[in-house]
Amino acid sequence: MAITAFLTDSTLCIGCKACEVACKEWNEIGDDGLDWSGHSYDNTGAVGHSTWRHVKFVENAPEPGFGGNAELNSWSFSSDVCKHCENAGCLEACPTGAIVRTEFGGVFLQPDICNGCGYCVVACPFGVVDKNPDDGRAFKCTFCYDRQKVGLVPACAKTCPTESIKFGELETLRAEAKARIEELHRRGMQDANVYDPIETSVGGTHAMFIVRGDVRAYNLPPKPEVPTIYLKKAWTSSAIGAALLLGGTLAAFLADRPRRRR
Amino acid sequence: MNASRVQLPAVEKEQRLFEIRREAEQRGSVDARGISPSGAPFPQASAETGYYGIPLLKRPAWTWEIPLYFFVGGAAGASAVVGAIANYTGADRKLVRDARWIAAAGSILSPALLISDLGRPARFLNMLRVFKPQSPMSVGVWTLLGFSSGAIATAFAGSLRERFGETFLLRVVENAGEAASLLFGLPFSNYTGVLIGATAIPAWNENAGELPIHFGMSGLASSVGLLELMGHRRSRALQMLGLGAAMFEVWEGWHLESRRRSALDPLKHGLSGGITRTGGILSGPVPLALRFASLLAGRHSDSFRKWAAVCSLAGSLLTRIAWVHAGHVSAQDWREPLGLKPDA
Repeated sequence: MAITAFLTDSTLCIGCKACEVACKEWNEIGDDGLDWSGHSYDNTGAVGHSTWRHVKFVENAPEPGFGGNAELNSWSFSSDVCKHCENAGCLEACPTGAIVRTEFGGVFLQPDICNGCGYCVVACPFGVVDKNPDDGRAFKCTFCYDRQKVGLVPACAKTCPTESIKFGELETLRAEAKARIEELHRRGMQDANVYDPIETSVGGTHAMFIVRGDVRAYNLPPKPEVPTIYLKKAWTSSAIGAALLLGGTLAAFLADRPRRRR
Repeated sequence: MNASRVQLPAVEKEQRLFEIRREAEQRGSVDARGISPSGAPFPQASAETGYYGIPLLKRPAWTWEIPLYFFVGGAAGASAVVGAIANYTGADRKLVRDARWIAAAGSILSPALLISDLGRPARFLNMLRVFKPQSPMSVGVWTLLGFSSGAIATAFAGSLRERFGETFLLRVVENAGEAASLLFGLPFSNYTGVLIGATAIPAWNENAGELPIHFGMSGLASSVGLLELMGHRRSRALQMLGLGAAMFEVWEGWHLESRRRSALDPLKHGLSGGITRTGGILSGPVPLALRFASLLAGRHSDSFRKWAAVCSLAGSLLTRIAWVHAGHVSAQDWREPLGLKPDA
């Protein structure tokens, strides 16, 4: 099986939200984002249990050549999604084995096994996995595992009218991203860059993003870390705590013994 | 709100309209309930502000059961250790019995709390279809299982033996149960520190190296407190353990306050900071002072110890509530995971 990935190119995104609609329809997710947020045209805010694709509307001060001109705000859009990390915090944390790695390299949450313990929610460095309080279980992007299984392209990528969401083989897309960045730089967009945190403990993702400017304006953490890196420190501390408890109790009761024996 | 309702002019309402106007004039925008900042000035997404200040991380999805579970589990785990060691060293029989019953009660309460927190409680057993060493939640559930069965078996076998006399079977169950509750009780008393330490929440993972010891000592303090409130206020061993735990908590408080990492802000400021500090004072300095006082005061020694016990218990519970609450605050702070917050 080919290892697949998304490459979401914000320089091509027109903010139509077709991916959000396609995702909701194909996966039969409940509605949300029906209130005005005041944050540009974004009314869903972030990916969550009922939003697996989320178009960000990054609106900034007027800046010519950045989707705006001298009068209009600069504007760029980027469709966010589960990153399907190489070292996935949610997958490692899941105590039921509900979250698995698929043959396509994606991270899949099996809804028939999840018991809603909520540990994946705090284990995700991107704030993707979310518990649905009405349903009780956690939900996130499935990478359209069902569609990929029968050789189809994920729903969001299929509906994207500008091919801002590219879907394909991971290494091919990595090369494509590199070529695209070079092309954008050639065309004067020096601030274009790829978000694929490959040097961090996350070890790269199966959902890469091409954005212009600072990734932090897109709520993408510059240094995401998979929480398993804290395990060694924490279990060492646990062992010291256990030793202190055992040693202390033993010492206290042994010291207290002679008096009682009298 | 209601257009058909005729309102009479009132001084305070006119005053409020004036205030709104003044705020609009001075600040350029008005903050009020139900008002999204859709007017000028436009909110911006930038490297400095993040994505409109929308939290990057998700808040913990846990309900009120979880901090209580941390407290109950910590007390139960430490009690099983105290009970087993007290038994092995030939301490007072009543102390052994009481410690075992605290452990057994905690063993029944802990899984109940854990299960009722699940989004799908009926699927609790799905936790037992795998064992994942890399998941503290998985390790914890298996530890809980071993601990609970051991602690409950010990308490019941022990009380049956005392009532109906010794049989070989009862002795085997009691001793094996005690060994299991000691073995699993040691990690059970502090694994919850690993559980929240190894997460993406900055206030938690910043303390991954201390949280387990902190929670373990807090559990020991509450176990000692419970035993003292059950009447064991003459045990020197418990006094020593109480002193030791309180001393550690003093150090932990100092360790938290003295570090100037921005990730620790939720533990120092706001409501979560207030709860953390109150819990810390009630766990550390207050019981430490009361215990020293009880050592020196001859006649009032008993009441000093009683109050030390009450304070430790309250402090231990508040500490768990504080840490969970601080996790919520920390997850809401988008600046920390974006690396936008300078250390103080």
